[in-house]
Amino acid sequence: MKLITAVIKPFKLDEVKEALGAIGVGGMTVSEVRGYGRQKGHTEIYRGAEYQVDLHPKVQVETVIFDDQIDEAIKAIAVAANTGEIGDGKVWVVPVENVIRIRTGDKGEDAL
Amino acid sequence: MEQQIVMDTMWTLLAAFLVFLMQAGFAMVEAGMTRQKNAANIVMKNLMDFGIASMAYWAIGFALMFGAGNALFGTTGWFLGGGESAFESLSWATPPLTAKWLFQVVFAGTAATIVSGAMAERTKFPAYLIYSALISGIVYPISGHWIWGGGWLAERGFLDFAGSTVVHMVGGLAALVGAVFLGPRIGKYSKTGKPRAIPGHSMPLAILGVFILWFGWFGFNAGSTMSATLSIADIAVTTNLAAAAGALIAMGVSWARGGKPDVGMAGNGALAGLVGITAGCAFVENWAALVIGALCGVVVVFAVIAIDRAHVDDPVGAIAVHGVCGALGTVAVGVFASPRLIESAGVGTEGLVYGGGLAQLGTQALGVGAVALWVLAASTVVFAAIKVTVGLRVTAEEEIEGLDIGEHGMWGYPETFLGIDTLGTPDAVAQSRQERRVGSQVLTPSAGES
Repeated sequence: MKLITAVIKPFKLDEVKEALGAIGVGGMTVSEVRGYGRQKGHTEIYRGAEYQVDLHPKVQVETVIFDDQIDEAIKAIAVAANTGEIGDGKVWVVPVENVIRIRTGDKGEDAL
Repeated sequence: MEQQIVMDTMWTLLAAFLVFLMQAGFAMVEAGMTRQKNAANIVMKNLMDFGIASMAYWAIGFALMFGAGNALFGTTGWFLGGGESAFESLSWATPPLTAKWLFQVVFAGTAATIVSGAMAERTKFPAYLIYSALISGIVYPISGHWIWGGGWLAERGFLDFAGSTVVHMVGGLAALVGAVFLGPRIGKYSKTGKPRAIPGHSMPLAILGVFILWFGWFGFNAGSTMSATLSIADIAVTTNLAAAAGALIAMGVSWARGGKPDVGMAGNGALAGLVGITAGCAFVENWAALVIGALCGVVVVFAVIAIDRAHVDDPVGAIAVHGVCGALGTVAVGVFASPRLIESAGVGTEGLVYGGGLAQLGTQALGVGAVALWVLAASTVVFAAIKVTVGLRVTAEEEIEGLDIGEHGMWGYPETFLGIDTLGTPDAVAQSRQERRVGSQVLTPSAGES
């Protein structure tokens, strides 16, 4: 099992959800985050004082999936979240030691 | 005759209620222009400064301001005693004494509440309560006596119809002294002295506040006739023209300077126009009201920035809007006072542009200067005294965590700071299940009974 984390532009969330649903991914956790990579900030003025806007609002999607779904999932996310503009985000994968379903106590792949 | 008095009273009271609502306007502007972690504190300050002003002005303020006395302050009418005869300076107005008092107390409350904006986000709450009592009980009434209470400025023909100086400059300069004594908010200025932006948390609240103030100002200016005459329509129009001009021009200036039209500055511009026209709303023609509003719209933007650069931290622009534009609007009467309006008022002389020379202008400047000196000196005494006794500013730790939790033990926006509702503890859920079980047993008897 692997944890896939994707940081994407917020308005792309619906498309990414649909794309993951289409390949059979059972669930996900979504959070609102801020960040930057190559998308640099810009300067604004508020009442005569300058301020930097460089942490941009993003959405983070996390889902634990089977090993044999990883490539499919990465492709689904990357295609759905892509706009071609700087700031589209990143996807990464880390291994998961164990998963437990709280209601029933199922462990490992049975919990997915 | 009788009917006229009733109409005068109804109008005066309606206007008083409009001006009262300006307290909500100030509360919303100040809440919107400051951060969420201080929102409960700022509206609490606004709620209380009106409560305190009501008490202080009833007890001693109204007497000091309108009671018979000398050229500097009144000495009769404490606690509204002494009847109508104790308040000779208001005998020109026909409504009963209580109506006159109510109309005047909401003006005192306006002056007091101007200051909370400049002192927002770092002032100890008890310190603010003490200051409120002193400004509405003593500082505001004394300069008010000079101008509206038959004092020495009134005798010289000083003109301030609805209070650009009496109310707004007084509040604005007290705000300046308070902000200076406090010092800037943590993080407001960088190590090199450059101002940092601390954006307000809600422009919708701020502009709602501006609209409520603009609405209330129709009572503030047109109500100052304290009589139901046709002139209230003319006054409402000069008021509106100045507000609109101020808003548009301030928007334009901020657009030109910053590349985009700043919402807060535009709001300040509308208020600056309103403050500016308050002195002359009954004395100047429509075109002059536009000029005064526009002038204040320009000045307020530059004043906000200049005051910021002087390292006086004013989160809402109260000093620029009320202090600077209050003075400007008062002096402007000496330039634009129209002969026909001066004549029907029976006070003062026509302005510079009508060939009246420097006479009225000089009187206006004298009054502005004298009141400014009084307020600066008196406020300095008040804030210095508070600083060395109760203490004026909160600790750095409290300022960073927020005054809501520090001063009031609660949040204006609990869900932002405490997180999502986590009250579904095991006990609470089990308790709820138990209660439902018991409840259904009472309603539906079991098979063994009935």
